[in-house]
Amino acid sequence: MPVITQLVSEVDRLSHQQVELCYHCHKCTAGCPVTGAMTYGPDHILRMVALDQREPILLSKDIWLCAGCYTCATRCPNDIDIAAVMDSLRQIAVAEGYPAGEADVFLFHRLFLGVLKRLGRSHEAVMLGLFKVRSHQPLMNDVGDGIGLFLRGKIPLLPKRSGAAKPVRKIFEESK
Amino acid sequence: MNVEFHPAQVQNGPSLSYAYYPGCSLHSTGLEYGLSTQSVFRHLGLELLELEGWNCCGASSAHALDHTLALALPARTLALAQTYGRDLVTPCAACFNRLRRADYALRHDPELRSEVESVVGFQFSGEVAVRPVLAVLYEDVTPSRIAEIVKRPLRGLKVVPYYGCLLVRPPQVTHFDDADHPYVMASLLRAVGAEVRDWAHATDCCGAGLSLGRSDVVQSLVGRLVERAREAGAQALVTACPLCQVNLEMRQPGKDKMPAFYFTELLGLAFGLPEAKQWWPKHLIDPQPVLRSAGLLG
Repeated sequence: MPVITQLVSEVDRLSHQQVELCYHCHKCTAGCPVTGAMTYGPDHILRMVALDQREPILLSKDIWLCAGCYTCATRCPNDIDIAAVMDSLRQIAVAEGYPAGEADVFLFHRLFLGVLKRLGRSHEAVMLGLFKVRSHQPLMNDVGDGIGLFLRGKIPLLPKRSGAAKPVRKIFEESK
Repeated sequence: MNVEFHPAQVQNGPSLSYAYYPGCSLHSTGLEYGLSTQSVFRHLGLELLELEGWNCCGASSAHALDHTLALALPARTLALAQTYGRDLVTPCAACFNRLRRADYALRHDPELRSEVESVVGFQFSGEVAVRPVLAVLYEDVTPSRIAEIVKRPLRGLKVVPYYGCLLVRPPQVTHFDDADHPYVMASLLRAVGAEVRDWAHATDCCGAGLSLGRSDVVQSLVGRLVERAREAGAQALVTACPLCQVNLEMRQPGKDKMPAFYFTELLGLAFGLPEAKQWWPKHLIDPQPVLRSAGLLG
């Protein structure tokens, strides 16, 4: 029989936080800029972690909508970095193969890291192109702004050699 | 740091020198932020030595998916900076946050430290101070010295400072300015004569990395920010973050658009730098009508 660890201890270990300190004052949710687009909201998610409601949390879009603004972390009277908790929940969801609650947000992060692994630096032209083709959004979305940025010299088509690619690839390999 | 300063150092060679980490955005969407930062530093006689072979900090994507990577990528930059023996300066708010985050973890968590040290292959000295451009101008140059060398005061230009999140939050990591009532950018803008309007949204979030995956969310946040800026009587927003700036200009709803300057562009304009006119066409929202209406063009 595999040992099933409780979500709260996994989250605490990965995020270096103590989720169980939360006494639900709701300051995080009150200040969260994206709570309107979430299903549960940050303080609700913390409660669900404590209650080990694994599936609904890891399937939720909430963990993908966190913008990492750290308003919650700044205001929490118990010093819980809730954005770090959200990071750890995303990592658990990906590791366990849950489909991302916000597929395009996950796609963006994956493409960003994919480009970074190859080039050592970000590269908009490659990333935006791949995102266009693979996201669920209408193909013509943002094309006007993309052209605008290109015409202003802000999206160089070819990546520059920076000497960062090799050491970064090594970091990716060693981080596994 | 208390160093005798005189604008004549422009001719006499630099007196203060920094290791410089531009980050990826300053070579792409934030082009004019990089250009104006370098111009302003040159004019003030401050030297920027760009780190050789720097890599991306990983920004929001690394910490979204991989904890170790999120610390190791900026840690490599700290490793490079250690060999320069100078403060490490970065204009980008996200890079600043990730570098400080790595510095914080390496300082406070011995277990993480040895893990990251082995991944990156270096030994953390803890001697590099990671600082945003705003901090260097405010602390090392100071607003009063900046005011002394203004050629063209930005009188009549009504602006609100907009920091976004990552320069000031979480404060135990960033240790910069004030997360709720920031004052550094406002005092620099006042020093060059701009009319800084009061508002309560300087550190509200613009939606950041959700810009592609959920542009609707970013649009509504940006729309609200611009509405509040207008209510405060501002003609333009002033930012210190390349992601905020591109979100503000690219995701702004409505017909009547408000431009978003980088604070370094406005300093350069006030110093009378001739290259300033090359920065305005880089904007997605043309800022020249606003400058013209304040009598600051031509």
